[in-house]
Amino acid sequence: MSDATAEPDKISGPTPDNALRAGDRADDGPVLAADGTPLKRSLSRALRAQKLRALALIAPLLIFVLVSFIAPIFDMLFRSVENQIVGETLPRTVVALADYDATSDELPRDEVFEAAYYDIFIAAERKEHTRLGSRLNYEQTGSSSLFRKSGRGIDDIGEVYQDQFEDLDENWDEARPWAELMGDPDWIAAQDAWGGEGRMPRFELRDGISDLLPRTAETYQIFARFMQTEEGESPLEEEPWTVVHTALYQDLLAGDVSGYTGPRADMLVAADALVESPGFETVVFRDAFEEIDEDWLNPEIWQTIKTYSPTYTSGYFLNSIDMQKTPEGPALRDEDERIYGLLFQRTLWMSMIITFSCILLGYPIAYLLSNLPMRTANLLMILVLLPFWTSLLVRTSAWKVMLQQQGVINDVLVWLGMVADDGRLVMINNQFGTIVAMTHILLPFMILPMYSVMSTIPPSYVRAAKSLGATNWTTFWRVYFPQSVPGIGAGSILVFILSIGYYITPEIVGGTSGIFISNRIAYHISSSLNWGLAAALGTILLVVVLVLYWAYDRIVGIDNVKLGG
Amino acid sequence: MKLSKTLMATSALTVAAAGAYAAGHGMADSMTLVSWGGAYQASQQNAYVAPYLEMNDGVSATWDESSAEAVAKLRAMNEAGNITWDLVDVVAADAIRLCDEGLAMEVDHDELLAPAPDGTSASDDFGDLIVSDCFIPQIVYSTTFGYRTDMVGDTPPTSVCAVFDTEAYPGKRSLERRPIANMEWALICDGVSIDEVYNVLETEEGQDRALAKLDTIKDDVIWWNAGADTPQLLADGEVVIGSTYNGRLFSAIEEQDQPIGMLWDWQMFDLDGWIIPAGLPEDRLARVQDFVRFATDTQRLADQAKYISYGPARASSAPLVSTHAELGIEMAPHMPTDPANAQNTFLFNYEFWADYRDDIDAKFQAWLAR
Repeated sequence: MSDATAEPDKISGPTPDNALRAGDRADDGPVLAADGTPLKRSLSRALRAQKLRALALIAPLLIFVLVSFIAPIFDMLFRSVENQIVGETLPRTVVALADYDATSDELPRDEVFEAAYYDIFIAAERKEHTRLGSRLNYEQTGSSSLFRKSGRGIDDIGEVYQDQFEDLDENWDEARPWAELMGDPDWIAAQDAWGGEGRMPRFELRDGISDLLPRTAETYQIFARFMQTEEGESPLEEEPWTVVHTALYQDLLAGDVSGYTGPRADMLVAADALVESPGFETVVFRDAFEEIDEDWLNPEIWQTIKTYSPTYTSGYFLNSIDMQKTPEGPALRDEDERIYGLLFQRTLWMSMIITFSCILLGYPIAYLLSNLPMRTANLLMILVLLPFWTSLLVRTSAWKVMLQQQGVINDVLVWLGMVADDGRLVMINNQFGTIVAMTHILLPFMILPMYSVMSTIPPSYVRAAKSLGATNWTTFWRVYFPQSVPGIGAGSILVFILSIGYYITPEIVGGTSGIFISNRIAYHISSSLNWGLAAALGTILLVVVLVLYWAYDRIVGIDNVKLGG
Repeated sequence: MKLSKTLMATSALTVAAAGAYAAGHGMADSMTLVSWGGAYQASQQNAYVAPYLEMNDGVSATWDESSAEAVAKLRAMNEAGNITWDLVDVVAADAIRLCDEGLAMEVDHDELLAPAPDGTSASDDFGDLIVSDCFIPQIVYSTTFGYRTDMVGDTPPTSVCAVFDTEAYPGKRSLERRPIANMEWALICDGVSIDEVYNVLETEEGQDRALAKLDTIKDDVIWWNAGADTPQLLADGEVVIGSTYNGRLFSAIEEQDQPIGMLWDWQMFDLDGWIIPAGLPEDRLARVQDFVRFATDTQRLADQAKYISYGPARASSAPLVSTHAELGIEMAPHMPTDPANAQNTFLFNYEFWADYRDDIDAKFQAWLAR
């Protein structure tokens, strides 16, 4: 008898105790599981299988969250540094501006104007110039109309050349001769054979034409492929843009075509002679730009293009902390344009006030709920939850009715004689209105975590404290309150983080002094369309919340936060 | 297996049916129209959407009340590559921006829209109101002031500068929370002539001058964001005078019988109209073009004025404007374009605000926040 009960250590064979003992005897080689494999391996295999099963179970949710939540957020936040539009719309200009000193207050070289002519012409055909104009307008007032005007006027330059070539030979204004001059014969044959169904054969340049007429070949190829893909037209039937004529003039001036013997050689040689002739009218790009708009001769626009030419920019982030990018480096904005620092401070400050008011109002209610009999507590709980089932807009508008100068509260106060009729209190469209309405709206988020923590505090502790002679206050403050702190912590985090990003209530009752940073973010998303700036402001807000969360974890400890049980 | 087979069979049937239908008509049988909601959308529904659906059996129209965020949403749809809207009602400034961004389709007004009954081409009939190649104008509306008739004593305001006169007209006033129009009014009341307003506003000093003028009433202003705010504030007696769209004031005065008077002095005209999103599939585009041609003809635009006091954008529609559909009152005197109302007016300066909006708005918001 005594063998089996009093001395379990004597039992041999695979029991947990024996396994542990075996583990302690390090010198005995690897511990073996019951089936003879090393214990470590068999354990990790079992665990891995378990982990994989768990992962497989949450995989749908994980993928859903990643795809539909995390990825779009990062995509949006990424816009805060993205700036491809300048380099993509004005590729040649950006290259030509590489050695331009933006701090010099001088105009760039003539080559820059030439590059800008090609870029803006092509952008205008693609209808991208106005988009760039609105982008640069965020940085430089007037860019929007400057680019729109330039898109309209830029044709004039090429028309000068087009007219002269056309006067020389009608063929210079025809589609077919141009295509034969520039296009690969195989491509022309394929394009001719194309019956209008399916994809057009992609335009190819003729061998050697790029060496002979580099600019012309480049612009014609852009033209031809644009016609094919965007317009769905055959380049064999469309006369080229006037920018191609300008390019031809420049090529003929720079190069020598006398040795050329390919298709349309006579046409080209005649044109070369025309260009060399003294009466040939030319356009200076800089003067042409001045004619389109005098602002092109203002170095500021070139400085802006140069400053914002890199693919990624810190400009949006600088804007969102009331600074701006200048050729000399980041600088503070004018005093009368600084707003975001103020709004960030206000958002944080008011969110704290709202959180604190929620604690003050919510604590007694949660205490009451957790100490009342179940029946009454449930009834009260419904009252706490009721606002959740009412539209946010309705609740906010109700506060308008209550708080406005001709509203319920003021009417009652006037009727009671507590305020004069002409001295009605201003309680809305300011910070007070925002705090009142948001405290009301966010109160359930404070009460619920508090309640769930308080309902787990055993009443016997309080009774024990009292039986040991503590006063009511000491009982509460030394025994009850410390145990309810995790609930306050959870509620505060919820309310604070919710209120920091709140938008609709400040918009309606905030007036001018009660609006938050999120109202400006919304404005930039939906009205000014400056999504980059909105993304930068949003990123900063996100980082601020994370930092506060980290600080909270360091000071209070996140383990002390409980949402329930 | 079974399910996927059923699904495939169903979709094959649907495709076949759709194909057969499209072959017969070449037009989609449903449209998603985007508008502003409220009385304005109702006027569109009554004046031309309902009649169009009646004429075209089997066609349905869905409304989406998203015009206020149309530019941002169209941009997002375009990036996602899925345009779900067929026709979008926007203000002219937004139409210009959508056209700039390549999000709206350029249209040939003479080809797309019906000529006037006397044969005048559509582009002549709409005239200068075609402010963008993408924009199909519908109405002229104005942002103007309404005042409480019982709170101004015996001297109802006749000039927009009453807004800045807190001695003669004490009490709060409501203005839109954006610089557009407010800056112009401030300068006009600061003694700048209308021809000079934008030259002045171009300069730093001019902007400061306008803000300084607004500063004199800053403590008395309730700033609104939604067009419905001012009529509500006036009805509650919260403000003595406030700006909003003239149609909102009309409905407060005539339909809801509120003690409100109209102040037309220096009303700011603006335009509202349709744009067709770029990149619609052919069958949907064909349907929308068919609808727009009908919805913007001379009679339909005149009909719209039966339901709301906005002026039809066609010159040929003006003589056809009749009485209100329910109240039976003559609508012409309530139109912002009526000669009696249009003594001092200016048109929303699209080009100026496209350039200066970002800059002046930053200043304006910083000024508001101080």
